[in-house]
Amino acid sequence: MARIKTSYGRRSFIKTTVLAGGGMMLGFSWLAGCKPDSPNGELALPDNWYELNGFLKIGENGVVTIMSPNPEIGQNVKTSMPMIVAEELDVDWKQVIVEQAPLNTDIFTRQLAGGSQSIRQGWKSLRMAGATARHMLRQAAARAWGVPVEEIITEAGTLKHPASGKRAGYGEFASAAANLEVPDEVELKNLKDFKIIGTSRRNVDGRKIVTGQPLFGLDYKREGMLITMMEHPPAFGMKLKSFDDSTARAMPGIVDVFSINSYPDDYERQWSDVAAFNEFVVVVGNSTWEVMQAKKAMKVEWERVSEAENTENHLEQLASLGEKLAEVRRRDGNPEAAFKSAARIIERSYSAPFLAHNTLEPMNFFAHVTEDKAELVGPVQTPEFMEKSVSARLGLPLEKIDIQMTRQGGGFGRRLYGHFLVEAAVISRKVEAPVKLIYTREDDMSFGTYRPTYHATYRAALDENNNLLAFHVRAGGIPESPLFANRFPAGAIDNYLAEAWSVESNISTGAFRAPRSNFIAGAEQAFLDELAEEMGKDPIEFRLELMERAKNNPVGENNDYDPERYAGVLKLVREKSGWGNEKPGVGRGVSAYYCHNSYVAQVMDISMKDGQPVIEQVHCAIDCGIVVNPDAATNLAEGGIVDGIGHAMFSELTFKDGAPEQKNFDRYRLIRHSEAPKSIEVHFVENDTDPTGLGEPPFPPIMGALANALYRATGKRVYHQPFMGNRQVPG
Amino acid sequence: MAKYNLNINGKQHDVDVDPATPMLWVLRDHLDLVGTKYGCGIAQCGACTVLLGDVAVRSCSVPVSQVGEQKITTIEGLSEKGDHPLQVAWLENDVPQCGYCQAGQIMNAAALLKANPNPTDEEIEAAMNGNLCRCGTYTRIKKAIKAAAQR
Repeated sequence: MARIKTSYGRRSFIKTTVLAGGGMMLGFSWLAGCKPDSPNGELALPDNWYELNGFLKIGENGVVTIMSPNPEIGQNVKTSMPMIVAEELDVDWKQVIVEQAPLNTDIFTRQLAGGSQSIRQGWKSLRMAGATARHMLRQAAARAWGVPVEEIITEAGTLKHPASGKRAGYGEFASAAANLEVPDEVELKNLKDFKIIGTSRRNVDGRKIVTGQPLFGLDYKREGMLITMMEHPPAFGMKLKSFDDSTARAMPGIVDVFSINSYPDDYERQWSDVAAFNEFVVVVGNSTWEVMQAKKAMKVEWERVSEAENTENHLEQLASLGEKLAEVRRRDGNPEAAFKSAARIIERSYSAPFLAHNTLEPMNFFAHVTEDKAELVGPVQTPEFMEKSVSARLGLPLEKIDIQMTRQGGGFGRRLYGHFLVEAAVISRKVEAPVKLIYTREDDMSFGTYRPTYHATYRAALDENNNLLAFHVRAGGIPESPLFANRFPAGAIDNYLAEAWSVESNISTGAFRAPRSNFIAGAEQAFLDELAEEMGKDPIEFRLELMERAKNNPVGENNDYDPERYAGVLKLVREKSGWGNEKPGVGRGVSAYYCHNSYVAQVMDISMKDGQPVIEQVHCAIDCGIVVNPDAATNLAEGGIVDGIGHAMFSELTFKDGAPEQKNFDRYRLIRHSEAPKSIEVHFVENDTDPTGLGEPPFPPIMGALANALYRATGKRVYHQPFMGNRQVPG
Repeated sequence: MAKYNLNINGKQHDVDVDPATPMLWVLRDHLDLVGTKYGCGIAQCGACTVLLGDVAVRSCSVPVSQVGEQKITTIEGLSEKGDHPLQVAWLENDVPQCGYCQAGQIMNAAALLKANPNPTDEEIEAAMNGNLCRCGTYTRIKKAIKAAAQR
């Protein structure tokens, strides 16, 4: 049995007084009649809650409330994080109520949705929280029964002393346990004793979602709350010149029209403060529709302050500047000499456009700012960072800023950049009322923190016997390079060169599900496929040979992957997909990638129907360590696959005179039902490694599998995303 | 402004709003029925789908003045206890990820099953193509619709 020091996250265990019936105030239930989030329908609530630590409280009737610390953006942490606490607490999941925790840096660490890290980084503290409470309950029972604590065992919320036959529910000792000292060290369960982790548990919000109960930021309401919307510059590189609000002001339901500055000029922005626009015209009114109409009726003049960028120029820059701007990021052996001596050089180029995140719930936030405090409620992936921004903007201390998180209608990285909290706070202060700031879809799509546009050129040097002599990648983008210099196939090839380059832009960009990997994985895996074909090798065998080399005799240092685990997912997907035995008429492509500490390999089958590709099946093998909630993890992987196919196939954001040309879903293409794979099979590598990332890893490689399967199905290679766009020219 | 008496989820509701106000905002802002979601405002994403009679419509593009005496059903009124076969199937297949589009998906599927109780895969895809799911739960949605059709 593993022992763990409880010192980590010690602040979480600061004793609090016993909470009386009103203990639910800790949680997040903003509407009268809003039921707590029990995974199994309604539970009888106790008269008293006893808080054993910041993560959980137990009622005298044995019902347990577990706080879910991190933002829920669809990755299902609101179910899976409490499952980990419940496991170590050793409680029946049916007796658990889950509550979304507010931002509370005294209790929780890293309340952030990003980098696929919630489970990985929460693993220890969540287990510890459950184990600590379990230990205190055992201590309380041991004292009451006059027996050594070691003799007390637990089972599904029951304390037992086998020798005497004594037993009691957790609820009976919750009060006594809450008054005990927090132990310095606690025992964690052996993995083989897990009863909850590794079993599929349904989304704790499932019932609310399918019955349409209020959950999301846009659903949030408060007495006296006003609705507000903003007009931002129509193009990047522009700012507000003047506005005429006379018509808007006179419209029904309109309370006020004014302009605001969100961030002060002298404010030093954090990474989460990305926002291209800083001055807005604001409309405040009584209802959404009235505010929308007034927003349209405003006459605003804008002026250009920096360059008007165009997609045409971006494409030219991507195609022409790489060689000139490239800087070496890694060099093994002597790649230049190897390319000179090559019998044959294969060179291909790949590109991908800007993308908008397009969370289906547009950006929005509630703010109520008074003289001495600010209350904010809504969807944000970085509450801890945005608390600092709001505090600085309002000149209020951190402890006067209260941020609560709603369920979030998608994140994908967009809500890492929480400028809308600052904007809502500034507006609330100005109108001296609670407000909800809502972005229309058009506002959302044209004021993004977009996925950058990328380009990569791959070169491989072969000798006369088709042996691989050298490998070269030169990857760039606007405004950042997608290169990961130390990832596969670095470490597997003697002569290796990786170069990066970038061009500045006034278009705001940021993290988008699996940043940089979301392009480079597909490009690299498509190139490896073409290379294997040129070398006359099976694409899986070719990759496995490289991984074998990286394992037995790695080239260079700092190789950022474990070749054995990497090979493991390829072997698993080869077995599960029946590689080599595909059905006639099916084009089959493979891809594998490592990111966010996890390994994913995928095989896609495409058939052609009326000249159009139909994705028949995807097999996906994943090594992300211990899987907490298998069916939910499968769902997340399926989503990543559909998402990756959609973006690689259809989506792009283009610019004319600095303005996005797509502002809504009539022109911005997202994948739809009929375009999704007909079947997706997800297989997890069984192991006892601590959990690693899952929200992002299945997303990047599928773009490679898609390119490779399209080639097998159509005979034509595709190099430029979106593949169904009109930019397919030989790379 | 004009007064309307609307039949929503089997109950009569009075509202006094601009005749051009889309049903979406009447439901969300005036009647506190927030299960119907805003996604695009131009009938391209399906998040705001409700039933007008037995037909699925995008409530963002139906002005309140056009509703008249037709019955509106929203996700809150699809069943009394949340036990419509589609809702049950959605839970059994643990369909949602972020969950934001799912009310619209379910309402659209409800209209499909009313018109066609045993749809083929192709019919499901064709009927559901107007409902975007940004998280990519399409395969599960299809499974859930098929499961509900079996009931």
